[in-house]
Amino acid sequence: MTGEDGAVRPAYERLDAWLREIPVDELERRHAAAEIAFRRLGITFAVYGEESADEKIIPFDVLPRIVTSDEFAGLEAGVIQRIEALNQFLADIYGPQEILKAGIIPDELVLANSQYQPAMTRIRPPGGIYSHISGIDMVRTAEGFFVLEDNLRTPSGVAYMLENREAMLRLFPKLLREHRVRPVDTYIDHLQDMMREVAPRGVRGDPLGVVLTPGSLNSAYYEHSFLADRLGVELVEGGDLFASGRCIYMRTTEGPERVDVIYRRIDDDYLDPLEFRPDSILGVAGLMDAYEAGNVTIVNAPGTGVADDKAIYSYVPDIVKFYSGKDASLQNVETWRCREPDSLKYVLENIGELVVKRVDASGGYGMLIGPAATQAEIEEFRSRVKADPDGYIAQPTLALSTCPTVIGKNIAERHVDLRAFAVSSPDAVRVVPGGLTRVALKDGSLVVNSSQGGGTKDSWVLSDA
Amino acid sequence: MLSRAAAALFWLGRHVERADFTARLMDAAYRFEALPQHDPNSGWKSAVRSSGSGPLFDERGLTANHDTVSEFLALDAGNPSSIRSCIDKARFDARIVRASLTSEAFETLNQCWMEMQDWLRRGESVDMQTLIERIKLEVRNFEGAIWRTLMRGENFWFIRLGTVIERADNTARLLDVKYHTLLPEGEDVGGALDQAQWTAVLRSVSAVTAYRHAYRQTLKPWLIADLLILREDIPRSLAHCMDVASEYMQDLRARHGRVGPADRLARKLSDRLGHLDIDTIYKDGLHEFLQTFIAENNRLSREIGRQFSF
Repeated sequence: MTGEDGAVRPAYERLDAWLREIPVDELERRHAAAEIAFRRLGITFAVYGEESADEKIIPFDVLPRIVTSDEFAGLEAGVIQRIEALNQFLADIYGPQEILKAGIIPDELVLANSQYQPAMTRIRPPGGIYSHISGIDMVRTAEGFFVLEDNLRTPSGVAYMLENREAMLRLFPKLLREHRVRPVDTYIDHLQDMMREVAPRGVRGDPLGVVLTPGSLNSAYYEHSFLADRLGVELVEGGDLFASGRCIYMRTTEGPERVDVIYRRIDDDYLDPLEFRPDSILGVAGLMDAYEAGNVTIVNAPGTGVADDKAIYSYVPDIVKFYSGKDASLQNVETWRCREPDSLKYVLENIGELVVKRVDASGGYGMLIGPAATQAEIEEFRSRVKADPDGYIAQPTLALSTCPTVIGKNIAERHVDLRAFAVSSPDAVRVVPGGLTRVALKDGSLVVNSSQGGGTKDSWVLSDA
Repeated sequence: MLSRAAAALFWLGRHVERADFTARLMDAAYRFEALPQHDPNSGWKSAVRSSGSGPLFDERGLTANHDTVSEFLALDAGNPSSIRSCIDKARFDARIVRASLTSEAFETLNQCWMEMQDWLRRGESVDMQTLIERIKLEVRNFEGAIWRTLMRGENFWFIRLGTVIERADNTARLLDVKYHTLLPEGEDVGGALDQAQWTAVLRSVSAVTAYRHAYRQTLKPWLIADLLILREDIPRSLAHCMDVASEYMQDLRARHGRVGPADRLARKLSDRLGHLDIDTIYKDGLHEFLQTFIAENNRLSREIGRQFSF
């Protein structure tokens, strides 16, 4: 909330003044009301590996994170540039592979990547869009926003963004109005338009879309059903769909109905037992064949994971440059690739100061935060990195921005990040003016993942003037 | 509509109804227990048998009394008919189809489930009678939310079909457990204890007052049978349930334009009850009649699943 000089940043002046006036009891009361509302509505997520607490709500902090219109304009342009380039990159590596021929990225990082799907070399998705729905994770430091991670597979969190805003509208309508906050529910319109635009050619009338979920026990099930509801489409499981004559149908009370666009929330590996994991019961046998025949569109396309891999991440500025001819306007966090001998040496020497991540892990798992780790944990990671340097990258521990947060009866500064959501149609990439702010609720902690005790905040993008 | 969603809605209706019925059985047993009698546990034995989980109870080697049956019917996760199991399953299904429910309907059911979780956490100190009152209230809230907020379409019809089929099954089983006390007209009427038994039966289906209004006389066993089998104006009677089931099937048919075996069966069951009188039922045997009805009602449930491919 404050700048380097310790003064409250202009964007937060109004909130700061409001915070000085509202009694803490009142804030606490509204905080409790928000939590009850979330639980009653069943807005929950499940944490894998925690048998006892199978349904939790992500703690919601009632104090908003504020982004000025200028800050957002810069961020928006950067996100659009980045996602356009990543979509071009995907079309390229599953097509002519120019970027590999030009030697910009080592072949094996792409072609031997577990997320690379050879089946996609036979398929051109409608409009050339691979990542229709993207989530870009960023942090702000004194120098501006930096990208931490791209999410191009099945990014989650958008339901929380929308529900958080609903909660704020109920709790603090006046504060929102006074701040002239840009609405976020345009996201659903973008999603709906996109699903229509990427429908297979030859669909007569309105294309029929569905949301494909692994089922009600999945940790993000609430979001899946929320999206299906808002989009006005059916929420289906693999068993509801079947392939026939290279087309996909769903089983309804009125007989089979042809499906045109599948917004899937299951991983590539489980999509089609005939093409990927034969033991998968979550997917649809014959789906990839129907996709290849151009009779159904899969959103996001299979094989996008190769572009959001942590090992590829460090090449994204090069990818942007290669396809757009311009420098990336959104910076990456400085990254050492342990696969490169000089970097490995640096990482091993400075491991106590660094954040070390496995390239194929996500959700805050499989990472070391040097300054917060015990000596034993550091040694453990040191030997892991030595044994498998290709599997790790390292980044500096950043001076992340903080935001006022209700902690018990007090208000304290806590570290935050921001996930921006974008929808890519053949004609444009659209970024929602808002996003999901995640907050590390433990004092000093940098881990914001909900599975690791993080919470969320509403993110307010202010309109001009 | 997805066939899986139709199944979830149908079973949601059934499980909510069964939770309510189990709660009512317990309620009746508490009242019956308060009467002077030579076997203080007979009310609990009937309750467990009427719930349909008698075989499981016996298999566990349990003896029916206040504590064992209360625990078994209210909180036992291993008993598929327990209030807890029914609410768990209903909420599981509600989550599957939450987009097809109004937020009011989902919230009331979720509230009911959360309350159950609270009761379970409290463990030893569960006050069963309060719990039962709460469950009955929550179920009414849910049903109210459905009536007041849900669009009259497939979502509504499938939930309600589940409700009335489950309700008919419950009423028929309740009567069948008590059939030996429900003697036909002219036979020797029992003593005070029989009167109490009949009151318990009526109370389980909240029809004590309805009886008085319908017949304006003291409890007669054959009239109780008449009330709960043939009176179309009693919401828990077999005739009413089958009428309503047949009506919803007609609504679905109007939507889909197809007639299937479930349609024909629903109409047949409803028509047959409309043409029967209680003397004929007694002449052919009340027990046999109820057994046949339970089997046919089950068949209707299965045929509905088949017709809408779930």
